[in-house]
Amino acid sequence: MIEILFYILSALTLGSAFMTVISKNPIHSAIWLVVSFFSIAGHYALFNSQFLAMVHIIVYSGAIMILMLFTIMLMNLNISNEISKPMITKIIAVVCFGLVGLVLISSLAQTAPVVDAYAATGKDYQSIEVLGKILLNEFTVPFEMAAILLLMAMIGAVLISKKDKTTT
Amino acid sequence: MEQVLQIIGIEQYIYLSVILFCIGVFGILYRRNAIVMFMSIEIMLNAANLLLVAFSNYHEDAQGQVFVFFTMAVAAAEVAIGLAILVAIYRHIGSIDIDKLKNLKG
Repeated sequence: MIEILFYILSALTLGSAFMTVISKNPIHSAIWLVVSFFSIAGHYALFNSQFLAMVHIIVYSGAIMILMLFTIMLMNLNISNEISKPMITKIIAVVCFGLVGLVLISSLAQTAPVVDAYAATGKDYQSIEVLGKILLNEFTVPFEMAAILLLMAMIGAVLISKKDKTTT
Repeated sequence: MEQVLQIIGIEQYIYLSVILFCIGVFGILYRRNAIVMFMSIEIMLNAANLLLVAFSNYHEDAQGQVFVFFTMAVAAAEVAIGLAILVAIYRHIGSIDIDKLKNLKG
């Protein structure tokens, strides 16, 4: 049962990610990317990490994709007038895809595992309670830094996209 | 309750993440639209996140998931800044085709 679910989710993830890359229309790319993000959230739910599944759906499918769709519609890009790259660049892109995949898979498949075999101990390590304790005990400083980073990003985005009064 | 790694194994997740990462690399090289290149970067970040969660489950350690949480925060900041830059570029040039951005080429 879980195995079938894993293979369906994997096929959905890879297929929709590939459709994201090759769709001509940027809006179609964004919709396919939403499908891909939802299936990755399904993978997290399959791992029984509820917190990450929820946060992934909220952050990626909620915030980031709305931002991207908004930008696409702001720039009026839904008419696909993109000139495609020359043939030689496309061939090189496909060759690079194959070579990167070959190198990564062959190097990762040959490595010996540090931990011998996976054994479930039944310990609770990924509920929201445990994650919150770890996040606010061991990782307090990075947590605050993430808050400052998001504040800086917000100020920077407003400053960059503001209309420049001197040039217009 | 049985764990998913007992049934499927860590290798399948490694292969899935590697292929997802390669699709992201392919998208960066294949397209000229800057927004689709951003989406490819998101796909690559998600491949790394998926592998972090898989190994966090493998070692039964919560620190990997904490790092995924931080990666999501950084990705949100990156998308906000990047799209603001793209809007500024579009306002100046009237297009976000990356082949037209060669003022620095000399």
